[in-house]
Amino acid sequence: MKLSKNFVKDYIDIDVDIKTLAEDMTRVGNEYDSAEKLINANKLVVGEVIECNMHPDSDHLHVCKVNIGDEILNIVCGAPNVRKGLKVIVALVGADLPGGVKIKKGIIRGQESNGMLCSLAELGIETKFLKQEDKEGIHELPIDSKIGEDPIKLLGMDDEVVDFELTANRGDLLSILGMAYELGAIYNKTVKEVDLSHNEHGEDLNKSFKLEINTDNCKLFLAKKVEGVKITESPNFIKNRLIASGIRPINNVVDISNYVMLELGQPLHFYDADKLNGKIEVRMASEGEKLTTLDNIERVLNSNDIVISNGKEAIGLAGVMGGLDTEVTENTKNVIIEAAIFDSVKVRMTSNKILRSEASNRFEKGLDPNRTYMAAERAVKLLEEYAHGKVIAGTVVYDKTNVKPKTIEITFKNITDVLGMKIPNDAILEVFKRLGFTYKLENEKIYVTVPTRRLDISIKEDLIEEVGRIYGLDNIEGKLPIVPMKQGSLDLTQREIRNKMISLGLSETLSYVLVRDDESDNFTSDKFEKVQLLDPITEERSTLRYSVLSSLLKIYEYNKAHNEKDIAIFEIGKGFYKKEEYAENTKLAVLMSGKYYLGVDNKKNVDFYVIKGIAEEILDYLGYNSRYSFILPKETPKQMHPGQTAEISVNNDIIGIVGKLHPTIEKEDVFVLEINLDKLLAKKTGKMKFKEISKYPKICKDLAILVDKKILSIEIEKLIKQAAGSLLTNIEIFDVYEGKNIPKDKRSIAYSLSFGTIDRTLTDEEVNNILNKIVDNLQNKIGAELRK
Amino acid sequence: MKEKLDNIKNQVNQKVKELKDMQSLNELKVKILGKKGELTEILRGMKDLSPEERPIIGNLVNKVRNEIEEVIKNAEDLIKEKELERKLEEEKIDITLPSSKIIRGSKHPINRTIEQIQDLFVSMGYDVVDGPELETDEFCFERLNLPKGHPARDMQDSFYITQEVLLRTQTSAVQARVMLANKEKSPIRMICTGKTYRREDDATHSHQFNQVEGLVIDKKERNVSLADLKGTLQVFVKEMLGNNLDLRFRPSYFPFTEPSYEVDVTCFKCCGKGCNLCKQTGWIEILGAGIVHPNVLKMNGYDPDQYGGFAFGTGIDRLAMFKYGITDMRYLYTNDIRFLKQFDRKD
Repeated sequence: MKLSKNFVKDYIDIDVDIKTLAEDMTRVGNEYDSAEKLINANKLVVGEVIECNMHPDSDHLHVCKVNIGDEILNIVCGAPNVRKGLKVIVALVGADLPGGVKIKKGIIRGQESNGMLCSLAELGIETKFLKQEDKEGIHELPIDSKIGEDPIKLLGMDDEVVDFELTANRGDLLSILGMAYELGAIYNKTVKEVDLSHNEHGEDLNKSFKLEINTDNCKLFLAKKVEGVKITESPNFIKNRLIASGIRPINNVVDISNYVMLELGQPLHFYDADKLNGKIEVRMASEGEKLTTLDNIERVLNSNDIVISNGKEAIGLAGVMGGLDTEVTENTKNVIIEAAIFDSVKVRMTSNKILRSEASNRFEKGLDPNRTYMAAERAVKLLEEYAHGKVIAGTVVYDKTNVKPKTIEITFKNITDVLGMKIPNDAILEVFKRLGFTYKLENEKIYVTVPTRRLDISIKEDLIEEVGRIYGLDNIEGKLPIVPMKQGSLDLTQREIRNKMISLGLSETLSYVLVRDDESDNFTSDKFEKVQLLDPITEERSTLRYSVLSSLLKIYEYNKAHNEKDIAIFEIGKGFYKKEEYAENTKLAVLMSGKYYLGVDNKKNVDFYVIKGIAEEILDYLGYNSRYSFILPKETPKQMHPGQTAEISVNNDIIGIVGKLHPTIEKEDVFVLEINLDKLLAKKTGKMKFKEISKYPKICKDLAILVDKKILSIEIEKLIKQAAGSLLTNIEIFDVYEGKNIPKDKRSIAYSLSFGTIDRTLTDEEVNNILNKIVDNLQNKIGAELRK
Repeated sequence: MKEKLDNIKNQVNQKVKELKDMQSLNELKVKILGKKGELTEILRGMKDLSPEERPIIGNLVNKVRNEIEEVIKNAEDLIKEKELERKLEEEKIDITLPSSKIIRGSKHPINRTIEQIQDLFVSMGYDVVDGPELETDEFCFERLNLPKGHPARDMQDSFYITQEVLLRTQTSAVQARVMLANKEKSPIRMICTGKTYRREDDATHSHQFNQVEGLVIDKKERNVSLADLKGTLQVFVKEMLGNNLDLRFRPSYFPFTEPSYEVDVTCFKCCGKGCNLCKQTGWIEILGAGIVHPNVLKMNGYDPDQYGGFAFGTGIDRLAMFKYGITDMRYLYTNDIRFLKQFDRKD
């Protein structure tokens, strides 16, 4: 809401500068975006062009002599409409114009120029507000303007404007009158009456005009008629105030409907009375009904849209936009004025579909019926005064509102308890008085009666806020709540996982969950429904990811494009899907590529076994030691390398995936890991507990075997353990070899085996027996050969 | 005989001086003291001596043998010492070459900030709770006194999945969940941190961002007031932004609190004098807060005549930016490795 200071001064005597006013309003809860002069320029005077010749070296510039009273200036002007005898706005040398323009003495193609003749656009008025002739050239002042005067004053544009960003509950402030009440409360001033005086003529309108309301969504409808209006340009003050408020002036009649809306907050609609057939009906649209609105677009309506009809067809969308057929044109003579209240939610739904306008905004926020009556009277008053209209007697009224001022019961203690500060009783009552609320005192109780304009106030708490707002809260002394002491709870698991990953050298990312639709189901072979936005901002972010890896891959690509090749990142985030119900899972995702170990001689790049090691680290750390295994997936996700991918199984339940990206996805070697933490952490782990250590030394033996390549390491390990029994305490692979000196389909694996027991030292013989058993088992089951 | 012994002794003394390494020393040892060594030969020849000569020569031989052994021992020590010295010299490396190290991990500044906030409130007895990011309209809006069609919904343009399911626009959604879940309707002190989403994306708004929400509900007789809210927020602001910052409560409007306030903090850049950061006002808007609206209590099973409290919420992204001096919001979500790696140490 843009507040014109000149406009509000019609209703309240204030004399503060605009910044102070804006700051004072902010303190009571009304924030602002900007507070400045309507025309932010200085060193402007009225001048007369006394000579105007074509520039010798240009086909469009003129060289003018301009009389500014005490001096005659030589000014080069490019406007097509500059001519001798014109009264113009002259920006003198040294003038500052909006947009940081500073006027300097200059030579334009060899001709001296000591100033500038200005258009209104150059003074900062947006072009959309300007008349055609003002868009094309410099502004032409009235011919009787006094040379040397301040042209801004002359135009009545010496106004200041605050652009407020109001909260959704303060619909009452979407009017100059509402603003006046608010300022009155701040500065302790009385608000002046609105002038509604006018004469009425002829037979009562109720006799000639029919109003039919066929929906509950219209609570109040008033119609008045003004005949014989003369369509002209509005007087300057109306135009200027509309411009200051951000509304384009059109003609006196249309401008008056907007002017009253700004002034009183009640949107009005004017119909050309001769196109109405003496009837207005309000009803819900029928499904698929069509209406051409005044922007000349055919709208298809549905049963949630409230329409105004002439009894036959829709002629307007209630509260949102009028119809083209019945709008006020230059030829309009007689006007029907609509002042109504429509259901805020319905207007909101329709306006969201069609157009959010100044009017729909006010309907949505709610209106005061008393103001509706006032607005109808005010409109006819102005039409009589500024459009020479003849106001027809009577008002056609449909009113189901029955609004009365609310009375709320409250105590002084209620107020000070919530605000947590001492406020004298008189100060509280003074606040109510300033706000224009009346009150009655009865023992401890205050009965506060709130005027109907304050739709936002209905309960005690609202009154408490008003007191806090106007009295000021700067003196509240902060203290901590006195409550029973207790321990706060916080699940640290995620944090521990995060710290573990960081200690493993991974950098934590924070990515967007919204990805492209075709990326959203990557890195899984699960079947589910994608979770798509109804109304995405861009296709790039239209669907919720299933796998956090979808986001990590984007991060990898970004960094690779910036020539960063050693990437080791992780994130704990959510993945989303729908299987019957919408659901989300917390996931730990890791992506690694390039070097992991750095420094001299560390030439090795990340491979499958590095990222597998990361998976094992985190699983061991979380206490799942010896409960997990890496198994071949039944179905490898399309984005993963079919030969270098494993599913991670804990207690025979798949909780994650680890492997290399498919070369068609990424030609560099990139490895990923993802663990569904919800699934994993649901599996309980035992407490960390001390185990007795053996006092006797362990015995280590190496064992190298030659075995068929296709046999998986995990199977061999199983066979070793099976044969060795409980005396085998540890098993490690220290070499895997394929190639020279070894048959093509074989590989050599070397194990380091540790043996021991808690209560004695094992003998060599014992251990050798076990070793023989192991070798036999391997030989029998998988045809392994012992390498010597 | 004596002459022979002296000869050996001199020979050893002479040779020892020329010795360079353990090998030649061992050779010398064998030559003199070995089974077939010169001195051993003499000892072996003792059996040919008369019984009177034997003890005399025997003593003499032993004496010489001891002397030789000592000479050799000394020589051995000397050689070992030299060899060790040489070994150490050989093993000398350029200690200024880079170390072999695992790449260093780093923690995202937003999560650092979240952890700091969680720790602070846990220390004041708040529970840290979690809620879904895919929320229902009911919990995100309706149970917070924001029925469908309410104009205040414009404050939060939402990403809807269906008419009823959306990405949560505010962590406030968790308020209703916690109140409803509390079957005993006992007092509540909680915060919730996490991701939130709004349908806007420009230089200063990310469509995905992070919030922290706090809720205190207690028995009416303990009268949790605006003063308690202010005190709590003072502790919060002191922890997050530093000492000596003033708070200002500016009336505002949120459907779930009444009264509602925007909370400004003294601009920590200019200490309130006015600068670019605070747009010359001396204040920076940092929080939204207020007294829990009676409708919210009612809708979530608490009797507003028995219970009351406050709620507050703020964006974590901006706090993280203030904390680490991050100049552009977009850095937080681009995940440039060069950005991430800057946060690789203790705070």
